[in-house]
Amino acid sequence: MSASLEKGINALKKEVDSTVAAFFSSCVNCGMCADACLFYTEAGCPARTPINKTEPLRRIWKQEYTLLGRIGKLLGLNKPIDHDFLQRWEKLVYDSCTLCGRCSMVCPVGIDITAMIRKTREGMAAAGHAPEGLIGATKRAVETGSPMGVKLPALLAVIAHVEKDTGLKVPVDVEGAEYMLLLSSMEIMNFPEFIEAIAKIFDKAGASWTISTEAFEATNSGIQIGVSDIAAALVQRIVDAAEKLKVKTVISPECGHAYMAIRWDGPNLIGKSFNFKVRHILEVLDELRKDGRLKITGKETQKLTYHDPCQISRRGGVIDQPRNLINTFADNFIEMPDAGKMNWCCGAGGGVSTNERADELRLKVFQRKKDQLDKIKPDAIISACSNCRIHLEDGLEEYNMDIPLMSLTETLAEHLEE
Amino acid sequence: MSEIEFLSWVRGPGFEIATIIFVAGVVIRVSEIFLLGRKKNLAEAKGSEMKGGLHTILSRSIPDKSTLQRSTFKIVSGYIFHIGLFITICFFAPHILLVKELTGISWPSLPTAIIDASAVVSIITLVVVLIHRLRNTVLKFLSTSGDYLVWLLTILPLITGYMAFHRIGMSAPSMLAIHILSIELLLVAFPFTKLMHAFTLPIARWYNGAISAYRGVES
Amino acid sequence: MMIDNKNLKDKTLGDALRSQGISRRSFLKFCAATASMMALPPSMIPAIAEALEKAKKPSVIWLSFQECTGCTESLTRAHTATIENLIFDSISLDYHHTLQAASGEAAEEARTEAMKENWGEYLLVVDGSIPTKDMGYSTIAGMSNLDMFLETAAGAAAIISVGTCAAFGGIPHANPNPTGAYSVHDIIKQYGDREVEGISPELVSNGRLADKPVITVPGCPPIPVVITGVLTHYLTFGAIPELDHLGRPKAFYGSSIHDRCYRRPFYDKGLFAETFDDEGAKKGWCLYKLGCKGPTTYNACATTKWNNGTSFPIESGHPCLGCSEPDFWDGGGFYKALSIPTVDIAGAAIYAAAGAAAAGVALGALNKNKKQKTISEHSKTTIDDLEK
Repeated sequence: MSASLEKGINALKKEVDSTVAAFFSSCVNCGMCADACLFYTEAGCPARTPINKTEPLRRIWKQEYTLLGRIGKLLGLNKPIDHDFLQRWEKLVYDSCTLCGRCSMVCPVGIDITAMIRKTREGMAAAGHAPEGLIGATKRAVETGSPMGVKLPALLAVIAHVEKDTGLKVPVDVEGAEYMLLLSSMEIMNFPEFIEAIAKIFDKAGASWTISTEAFEATNSGIQIGVSDIAAALVQRIVDAAEKLKVKTVISPECGHAYMAIRWDGPNLIGKSFNFKVRHILEVLDELRKDGRLKITGKETQKLTYHDPCQISRRGGVIDQPRNLINTFADNFIEMPDAGKMNWCCGAGGGVSTNERADELRLKVFQRKKDQLDKIKPDAIISACSNCRIHLEDGLEEYNMDIPLMSLTETLAEHLEE
Repeated sequence: MSEIEFLSWVRGPGFEIATIIFVAGVVIRVSEIFLLGRKKNLAEAKGSEMKGGLHTILSRSIPDKSTLQRSTFKIVSGYIFHIGLFITICFFAPHILLVKELTGISWPSLPTAIIDASAVVSIITLVVVLIHRLRNTVLKFLSTSGDYLVWLLTILPLITGYMAFHRIGMSAPSMLAIHILSIELLLVAFPFTKLMHAFTLPIARWYNGAISAYRGVES
Repeated sequence: MMIDNKNLKDKTLGDALRSQGISRRSFLKFCAATASMMALPPSMIPAIAEALEKAKKPSVIWLSFQECTGCTESLTRAHTATIENLIFDSISLDYHHTLQAASGEAAEEARTEAMKENWGEYLLVVDGSIPTKDMGYSTIAGMSNLDMFLETAAGAAAIISVGTCAAFGGIPHANPNPTGAYSVHDIIKQYGDREVEGISPELVSNGRLADKPVITVPGCPPIPVVITGVLTHYLTFGAIPELDHLGRPKAFYGSSIHDRCYRRPFYDKGLFAETFDDEGAKKGWCLYKLGCKGPTTYNACATTKWNNGTSFPIESGHPCLGCSEPDFWDGGGFYKALSIPTVDIAGAAIYAAAGAAAAGVALGALNKNKKQKTISEHSKTTIDDLEK
């Protein structure tokens, strides 16, 4: 119980760098970021304008790191940064933002608003203003290894089922394997078919892989709540395991933020480059496809579309690979409007789905995705993030839309040549 | 003070003061940004930061289709008055002469009829933009007194320049002096306001493009 | 030029002109030209003619102070017998340093006599500025310019300040103004309420100096026909013409040189002479870049021109100096274009940048320091630190 305003302010101060300074110096209050944010377009309220969410960080930057701000501090003219202020911003920084990154693509002066909202969370959390749901998940992640509390025995039980159903071995703690697979608790609990799919594909491709019993969780709650120290600790577990098993590549599964956490934030969190590669499962599968080690047969004739998970597509750079893979089995693939790096968020990433308080809002903003789907009326939706998948299913149910969700990896496995 | 004395002051000491504050202010603000530095990215890169950064400096000026559809008024009106300002400022012979005196560089000017039209279009667009800012919920919420001050500082040189050229209002020497004074006001306020975006926009866009390109995405 | 006053005093202007051999036709032509120049409708021409016909030759006292005599030269330039000159002869010029025959005490007597005889009705014309720093800078017959002006103005019906020196201070007024030169307006503003000992006890001032009509006819020198136009207006209507905010008759000073310049189309098209002998100069292009002050100068040069409409400075290839404006000597250099600053801006900018760079580095160091402190003061956030 030692969160404090002082810690929060110090955390925000620590986050200011030349990018933050350049961004805040350039904002002309044009409001275009609001037009690009589904939390504003679908749920209104001008306070949800993305750049407004960064106000705590902006005040710190202004007051601490600019000449004008320093003078203002001396004269007592600056805007206050206190618990009341941070309290009012909690729902904006957490409930109303998935860190989807669309605002950063749209800002005419080039502000990476998303990165700054992420930085703002550092201060909010250290001051004790993170949502209860996220705090709970983070505690569980640190204490048990999984935000959902999925411990090793549960994983091993699932693995046993998978081995039984596929007749294949799921290698565990194998030293010298090429790939070490991470799994999100969501997949372990709700979509164990994913593990089946991996087993089948890698078996056919002749790829050596393993899961580490010491670090199998892909989800990084530290990233979502916005506490780099905790995020670093969680990453370190994976690094330790990967180094212990001497693997060449760590695979991030069908989970959005997991990829961002381990692939892009990881080395910077622990302050050291990795001596192994990090790849998203789609990247690995596309490599196998290119090398001819992924033999696909049979066509899906139903009208399929692909939902780009934000952290994988726009924020992760894995945009072409899913489409290459889909085209191996899809006969009737149609892109939704704004597909690719400008696609719209499902509404549940960035910790929003872990925050029960935001359930209503999350379902409300699903209307943006609904609009996209209404324009193309697909028979099924393919995605590569289990969090998106769960939320999309929730949303489709809420709006009485009967469109099944398919995992890309699972679908590929289903079309594997015997 | 006679009109000519007033005009001579704004062409002399006034200009000097404004220039010093402007240059010093901009240099300080840009230094404040750069000298903060940023940590090196230790993740394995997917693309080149420099290429991405340079690319976004230019590409961010072209909105994607859905953004253009959703923010049409903001984008179009923004371009009209910026381009109008650019033509009026950069292609009017007396202005080019000023730049030549300061830097030695000059370029051909456009006929005054075009400059005149450009100024009028800019003024009208700025007024429309202000009305929009006052009525749009998001903009009204976001706007600070600084935004309105900047609007005023931007439109005053256009209006006073138009008046000086067309001999409206006060006598010619006074109107010209007021026009030059309005620009001096703009210069003095520049480093303390959002007008700094003229200098920091390339920096911000570069960072944005660099960060994104590192992850393999063209932003 | 100077005809014996006493004989002609009772003759009307019409008589005087006829005795000079001016035909009715020429006279009416002059009236028509004057009407159009004054922007008066053609219906006024008969009124002007009648008024001028009947006008009694008014007494005019011309005081010359710190001047170069250029204004007189301009007015009296008689290379041909012009109507203007003859009209000039048709006023009773009772006192004028350059043109009068008398000198010494006789000249001063001529002035005081004319004042006494025409008290309250004579026109006072002033050229040259009036020194105030040390009255010794300019005296006439031992009398300071200031005293002579105040004494003579006391009984004047109207005052006309001719030339930029009298109008605005002119050359003597230029930086650093060593003589403390004042314009007529300045004098009236500052000394207007001063009690003046009249030249004779019975003659009381006909009103406050500050209330007397003043017409300002600036120029260095002014165009001859502008003077006569103003005089004609006064003679015809007994009142001063419409003046602008600087006291200049709008009929002649209502538009700027720029707005009437024949080279304006070149300005608008963006064709400028860059030097005095380049292609542009030879083709007669706009002289803005060579420092022309046409845009900020109000005068009739571009339309009325000089030497009976022969030419004016711009037509001869030289940029306008702005000589009918106050402080034109201190207007930032005759050859510096209006849009160019008069001081070394580039130099100032470089100094500012250098100084600011140093300040920026200092601030940057402060910023870095602050960040270092935040990093060292930062205690690792654990899950226990997530709640207050």
